[in-house]
Amino acid sequence: MKPVLMCCSVSVDFDGFYALQGADLKVYPHEVRFLIGPNGAGKTTLLDVICGKTRASSGKVLFYSHDITDMPEHKIVQLGISRKFQSPSIFHQLTVWENMELALKQDRGLFAVLRAKMSEADRDMIITLLQRIELLDYADQKAGSLSHGQKQWLEIGMQLIQFPQLLLLDEPIAGMSAAERERTGELIHEIARDCAVVIVEHDMDFVRRFSKQVTVMHEGKVLCEGTMEDIQQNEKVVEIYLGREEKAC
Amino acid sequence: MIKKNWMYWLFFLALFLAPFYLTEFRLSLLGKFLCFAMIAIGISLIWGYTGILSLGHGVYFGLGAYCMAMYLKLEASGGRLPDFMEWSGVNKLPWFWKPFEQPVIAISSAIIVPVLLAMFLSYFTFRNRIKGVYFSLLSQAIVVVFVTLFIGKQEWTGGTNGLTNFSTVFGFSLSSPLTQIVLYLLTVVLLLSMFLFSRWLTRSRFGRVLVAIRDSENRVRFLGFNPTTYKVFVYSLSAAFAGIAGAMFVLQVGLISPAMMGIIPSIEMVLWVAVGGRSSLIGAIIGAIVTNGAKSFFSENYPDIWLLFLGGLFIAVVLFLPNGLTGVYQSVRQRKKQGEVRANEASSHVLQRVSRF
Ligand SMILES: Nc1ncnc2c1ncn2[C@@H]1O[C@H](COP(=O)(O)OP(=O)(O)O)[C@@H](O)[C@H]1O
Ligand SMILES: [Mg+2]
Repeated sequence: MKPVLMCCSVSVDFDGFYALQGADLKVYPHEVRFLIGPNGAGKTTLLDVICGKTRASSGKVLFYSHDITDMPEHKIVQLGISRKFQSPSIFHQLTVWENMELALKQDRGLFAVLRAKMSEADRDMIITLLQRIELLDYADQKAGSLSHGQKQWLEIGMQLIQFPQLLLLDEPIAGMSAAERERTGELIHEIARDCAVVIVEHDMDFVRRFSKQVTVMHEGKVLCEGTMEDIQQNEKVVEIYLGREEKAC
Repeated sequence: MIKKNWMYWLFFLALFLAPFYLTEFRLSLLGKFLCFAMIAIGISLIWGYTGILSLGHGVYFGLGAYCMAMYLKLEASGGRLPDFMEWSGVNKLPWFWKPFEQPVIAISSAIIVPVLLAMFLSYFTFRNRIKGVYFSLLSQAIVVVFVTLFIGKQEWTGGTNGLTNFSTVFGFSLSSPLTQIVLYLLTVVLLLSMFLFSRWLTRSRFGRVLVAIRDSENRVRFLGFNPTTYKVFVYSLSAAFAGIAGAMFVLQVGLISPAMMGIIPSIEMVLWVAVGGRSSLIGAIIGAIVTNGAKSFFSENYPDIWLLFLGGLFIAVVLFLPNGLTGVYQSVRQRKKQGEVRANEASSHVLQRVSRF
């Protein structure tokens, strides 16, 4: 099977500090890939490179056969990669509904947007998605007034409505209650029926519960890959990461 | 819809009927204020809605005004060289003055020249992701450049005195009251069109993209929009409004000089919008009229304290009225509404109690 995403020895140089030092990653269709690793391992930076927020100093990022290494952010989105940021970044001044409206898959050119009208199909789609993320009752509220967990869901909803082929999630369950976490985990697997998901997560219980393939990063490189069981056996991983967590417990 | 907006319509109706109840002098003042209101609408679009603070709109206003003034000056000179050129020893009309003999070219230049400058400036800054204070400073720098240029090139621009001493427009005498009333009404029509167009823009999906850019430009990018295109468009649109305002200003005031497009006027323009409420189009219009009304009241009666008043006003708005006059109106209305709700609740409590017995 052809991978959706291929990162080939990606390095990122922040004025002499290498946040990524030749990271490799392959993600296949319908996969839910967890990225774990200690703080500062470069997980967020890797997602930033994929979505164009940060530029790779060397290496390549391929999306199917497109070379997206140097593509502008909005073009990458239009190809079908969407990104949820670590801190919820929704538009606080707009209502929940308006946030979804902007996120719709649409022609984002200026003149198309000037003439844009909400079609029945779009309306139904927003309603369906708002139901799925349990925000339909809040449609007319300003997004800034939502709770932290609801903001996270709204942002996930805004990714889903774009029907991406690759979804990048950075710590999506931060600040959520136990019930919200459970629901988010299920949601992620529902999403994976339609697209590949790369998800950065710190919460090991969550990873254990919802992961199939896990990639461990350390000091800007990929340390190893496998199922959670495989990884827990890996000595290096135990040493740098799980061990530290267990010791802490 | 009509019911909710009756105040807007009443306001514009009052403007249309002003020739019937204002003296000639007051009408020409109001006409001038309405030109300023056009600029204010544009600034509300870029600043209030999109979050771009431009401190350089004097230039777009000035360029529009000079384009129109060049035509008027040539018409007043009746085929001879404009007076100020003779004084500075020019003996042939400069090539770029020539096209302004044509009214169509002069009027379209009053829009196109400011728009081209705005597109040029905004494209290169926004594409390079220069934002916030840096953009504001850059827009001020443009003002300095243009004012210096216009003062320095006296033989082409009339220098510090600017362009004045016009006589007719399309053959009609500028000093005739009828011409002035027609120009006034044209100003109201233009203002109304700009208001309606901007209102349509801000209520469409396009308007939501603008607010989204103000909220978080990066996020807009990651939804697949290119914010640069939107910002350049709305910035250039506001320059077009300022250019039209400049042209109408010259027709009614009969004078444009570098001092009117300088740094102080450019900052005042932002202040009008701050006073009215920056994210309200009608607020911007009212802000321009009220501030300038106060300005002419004070400069007629107490010329010395106008600048103090202006400074005080600015401080008051920034400290106490972040949403300007519109904000005050809205919070009063909200309080009143809450008061009514409470009164209703209270009376229904009473009724419930009464019915229990
Ligand atoms: N813009 C930046 N400039 C300099 N250093 C950065 C920047 N962004 C991240 N870093 C550094 O790069 C390393 C990797 O960061 P990050 O990718 O956020 O780690 P993770 O998400 O795995 O915790 C960290 O040491 C961080 O301090
Ligand atoms: Mg991170």
